[in-house]
Amino acid sequence: MSNTAVISAAGLCAGYGKKIVVDGLSFSVGAGEILTLIGPNGAGKSTVIKTIAAQLPAVSGNVYIGQMSLRQMNERDVSRHLSLLLTSRLSTDKMTCEDVVSTGRYPYTGRLGILSENDRRIVQDAMELTSVLHLRERDFRHISDGQRQCVMLARAIAQQPGIMLLDEPTSFLDISNKLRLLTLLRRLVREKNIAVIQSLHELDLAQKFSDRLLCIHGGKAERLGTPEEIFSGGYISRLYGIDTGSYDTLYGTAEPERIKGEPEVFVIGGGGSGIPVYRSLQRQGIPFAAGVIHENDIDHPAAEKLASVLITEAAFEPISSDTLDRARAVMRKCGRVICCADTFGTMNMGNLTLRQEAEAEGKL
Amino acid sequence: MYRKRAVRWVTGFILLTIFSAVLFVMDLTSGSSSMTINELIGVLGEAGADSPAGRIVFDIRLPRALAALILGGALSVSGFLLQSFFGNPIAGPYVLGISSGAKLTVALAMIFSLKNGIILHSGALVAASFAGSLASMGAILALSGRIKNMAQLIIGGVMIGYICSAVTELAVNFADDANIVNLHNWSMGSFSGTDREDVCVMAVIVLAAFVVSFMLSKPMGAYQLGEAYAENMGVNIKAFRIALILLSSILSACVTAFAGPVSFVGVAVPHLMKSLFATAKPVIIIPASFIGGGAFCMMCDLLARMLFAPLELSVSTMTAVFGAPIVIIIMLHRENERRRT
Repeated sequence: MSNTAVISAAGLCAGYGKKIVVDGLSFSVGAGEILTLIGPNGAGKSTVIKTIAAQLPAVSGNVYIGQMSLRQMNERDVSRHLSLLLTSRLSTDKMTCEDVVSTGRYPYTGRLGILSENDRRIVQDAMELTSVLHLRERDFRHISDGQRQCVMLARAIAQQPGIMLLDEPTSFLDISNKLRLLTLLRRLVREKNIAVIQSLHELDLAQKFSDRLLCIHGGKAERLGTPEEIFSGGYISRLYGIDTGSYDTLYGTAEPERIKGEPEVFVIGGGGSGIPVYRSLQRQGIPFAAGVIHENDIDHPAAEKLASVLITEAAFEPISSDTLDRARAVMRKCGRVICCADTFGTMNMGNLTLRQEAEAEGKL
Repeated sequence: MYRKRAVRWVTGFILLTIFSAVLFVMDLTSGSSSMTINELIGVLGEAGADSPAGRIVFDIRLPRALAALILGGALSVSGFLLQSFFGNPIAGPYVLGISSGAKLTVALAMIFSLKNGIILHSGALVAASFAGSLASMGAILALSGRIKNMAQLIIGGVMIGYICSAVTELAVNFADDANIVNLHNWSMGSFSGTDREDVCVMAVIVLAAFVVSFMLSKPMGAYQLGEAYAENMGVNIKAFRIALILLSSILSACVTAFAGPVSFVGVAVPHLMKSLFATAKPVIIIPASFIGGGAFCMMCDLLARMLFAPLELSVSTMTAVFGAPIVIIIMLHRENERRRT
């Protein structure tokens, strides 16, 4: 196995013929490292993957496998270094899962493609690693989408590549299979020292399963960095041009746009109790006020994005009388109060006061 | 598990070979003057015998049986290559109109040569047929660039076939010659009237194309996963696709040149073989299709000759009776698969 293989690109420009789709790609991926391409639909992530896979000639610039330029390598050389996993569902005919995995041995078999003892062992090992060995005799068409991608991952592993390219491998999968596939991928990549370049649709997963992210936007590679660097500030919202709603980079959640207008309902929340109520009011199109939320409270990010008026208190400080007055003023104007907080301590004693007042006024 | 599959494959080949051998012997013994196996052995023993029985066997039945065997194999392999190429299980030289294109050019060549009193060598007929196959293939390829839907592509092929057949009919109607009867027989599909020289020509062409196809079984296996994966495995896609087109065209051209258009063998036999061997691996299915196609055509030819003897049916009648239902079964099966996933 070529475990020193590192893939890199310098001034790579991907596109069709003379038409440039993505320009200015420069990166290098080391063994055991995962680089993920993110960016809006149609930004050209798949075009970049195809170019790196040598299926599209680069418009300009070079991809290097180790020290060798892709342009100097023939198909067979490339196939021994680089394996592929795509989104598309295969339409196979009378192929067992083992047959599918066996195709990974193609670059290593002879004229007629007959597997040796050694090839068979490698196929079996690969299937064991992705826990699909029990499916070996099953028809590839008759297993679930999740299992199918695991079989395809086994196929990619059986090719014994130094580099793996994955084009949105999780797109058809449900959340548990997405997690399973990516966890498996990360483990295998570390164990076998494979350099991975993938494109992902799911931002939250890209953030958690990548060593570095390459952001493709507006026809160029806009940023390259660790997930921590990319998922900071408002960059993700800018990258995807989010103008209705917002994306929380810390929790990886998307929130729709707040309902603007004079608040009709006052929500007393805190400690995570407010979030479901905020979302429910947003769905119903009712503008609301939220209070009193500490700035480090788990309810704070959602309240900040959804409430039309938000009363906050500084982190770790008890609710001051000042803040309480402001909240009281807003609450007076609301026709209804919902109190979802049910535990009260020194820090949020002010919220208990608000609740009692609302009860007295019959708004609760 | 490997052993289990290997046993199935070996058994499959043994059964196919026995089946073909039995049909071959039956093809030689049965006919208007039937003979027993002992009589056949007697005739074959004294090679080149000038007895009436010997003449019947060596000049008529043997070339005919060999033609059915070789051309049937050629058709099936051609069908399998086209199915791999288009990723479409109901593709075949007949349904895609490739046989009809070949039929048209061969008919034109025949009419032209009869009119000018030239006797065409069988090689020239194959060349004419090949040109026609390639022309139809070109039309289909142009269609497939625009039509992604499998069923629509097949409809396009059937239409190309109808156009070619109509033009052929027209040409045959305007050709006023005594030999037109021959031409008519041929245009319906028949293995009769093959002589020893024809058999030699077809054997050389078909066997060569078969060997090359067999050598391509590895990239064909990779191609079954789709173009992107095949390319990633190191297949030179462009060269591979051109090779498939040329091979399938030359195989079906050879059949049409000698036996006229023979329907449905190219679709039905590869499908039967995939079921028999429970795999779609080209390295198995290509040789299996060759033997199976030979057996299938010998069987159909035998039935065409014997069923309403002395009246002889065209072989396409028989291949359609057995082949067309299989095409329908494949389509129903596909539909079920599609619903399941």
